[in-house]
Amino acid sequence: MSYTALLFQAVQNVLVLLAAPLLLGWITQCRAWLQNRTGAGVLQPCRNLIKLFHKDAVLAHNASPLFRATPYILFSCMWLAAALVPVLATDLPLSPAVDVIALVGIFALARVFISLAAMDIGTAFGSLGARREMLVGFLAEPALLMVLFTASTISQSTSLITIVETLAHKQFVLYPSMAFAAVAFLMVLLAENARIPVDNPSTHLELTMIHEAMILEYSARHLALVEWASALKLLAYMTIGIALFAPWGIAESGDWGALPLALLLLFSKLLLGGAGLALMETLSAKMRIFRVPEFMGTAFLLAVLGLLTHFLLETTT
Amino acid sequence: MNIPFTAQLINMCAALLLLIAFAMLSQRRILSLINLFALQGLILSFSTAVVAYTTSQHHLYTSAALTLLLKVIVLPLILHRLIRKLNIKWDVETMFNIPTIMLIGLALVVFAFNLAAPISQMAGTVTKSTLGIAMASVLLSFLMMITRSKAVPQVVGFLAMENGLFFAATSATYGMPLVVELGIALDVLVGMFILGIFFFQIRVAFDSLDLKHMEKLKED
Repeated sequence: MSYTALLFQAVQNVLVLLAAPLLLGWITQCRAWLQNRTGAGVLQPCRNLIKLFHKDAVLAHNASPLFRATPYILFSCMWLAAALVPVLATDLPLSPAVDVIALVGIFALARVFISLAAMDIGTAFGSLGARREMLVGFLAEPALLMVLFTASTISQSTSLITIVETLAHKQFVLYPSMAFAAVAFLMVLLAENARIPVDNPSTHLELTMIHEAMILEYSARHLALVEWASALKLLAYMTIGIALFAPWGIAESGDWGALPLALLLLFSKLLLGGAGLALMETLSAKMRIFRVPEFMGTAFLLAVLGLLTHFLLETTT
Repeated sequence: MNIPFTAQLINMCAALLLLIAFAMLSQRRILSLINLFALQGLILSFSTAVVAYTTSQHHLYTSAALTLLLKVIVLPLILHRLIRKLNIKWDVETMFNIPTIMLIGLALVVFAFNLAAPISQMAGTVTKSTLGIAMASVLLSFLMMITRSKAVPQVVGFLAMENGLFFAATSATYGMPLVVELGIALDVLVGMFILGIFFFQIRVAFDSLDLKHMEKLKED
């Protein structure tokens, strides 16, 4: 492990930390433009975070240590996840420690803790949100795993680094199975990040909220960490999507010259992806909670179909 | 993996066709169903053109153009006109709930892939591996016809099945002779007109396009 690689990892850690609120701000801004509003600007999530960090935290009387520890656990899980995905270069010292299955495990760990914390206070909304979150989560997880398995069978490895190297740096090949995987992944992304067809990120209406219901009791720095963590989660998902389905431009290990180009490409991909997400959210309406299992079931089936088509079309000897 | 790029392109089209077949299976709205059907025709026409280019079989260009004209432009236009006249843009009732249908569809895909595996090993065409997908889309369209109770989605299912058959013919034997293809195209077009007239007759007779009413032979 070289020092340059360590430096690289440090740069990426800081980069994802700063880019996550900006990405969220960009998506919100795009939605505002699409709805003919002026919008609060790309920097608004950052301003919110700064404001929340300056406030005094209020805790419920019956809050247990778990409730207080959860924002920190959540934040570190999401930061770790975002730092593990190769966004700029495939030369990351942290990445060999964790493959895609463990990455899904990290997301699951964060989900378990936020749900426990939501039920910890004992309010009705908290446990309602937690139950809904677990419903969405347990349906989304197998779909996500199948998507990642499709990519893994192509590259013969569950390591994200190897997957990206196979897809981006070898000879260009069209993978039909990845078309299925991409659609399934998009559905999982929408569900896991509380985006519109499944959950509305900007709602506070009791009947519909999932993510917001769980974090109602948090305030000040705890809330800031939770919000930042969900921005990081969105960024992590977007970068996983980029790494799997549009990895071109990610620098090879040791190739410092390609770094500025990789940075530029990453930002344009994130801008495009964010705008696309905003467009999709504007065009679709939130679905009933009872339709969510159907939505996620479709995602899972598509991911399985991706695997099947891989064996049918891509393993000719 | 060393498949030529055009074959990869055909495989990609095949995968997209399967994706659309599943989208049609899970679609609740008639309008989106027709748009999906037009998209399926477009991909089919493109993949036929690619096969024609790869194998320099010139009659396939004709069938690609025919597909484009008939299945992307004419038939969707007729269907759009029909649903506007019948005023049925709303949700379609399915007989089972959609996840069950999708699961059955998945089982059908596995079945079709297994069925096609020995056949495609014998075929010597570039597109032999897509035969499984073609059979799967035929079966999925068939499933769609079975699970819908209204007349228009059943007809869309029938047309989609014809698309699947066409794709199967292209992938197994580089297409049927032009005379046969012209005949089928004409059949589909005429069938569409007749079914269109039938829709009105059914509605006049039963006040609804739900084909469950036709299961009873006697008046109560």
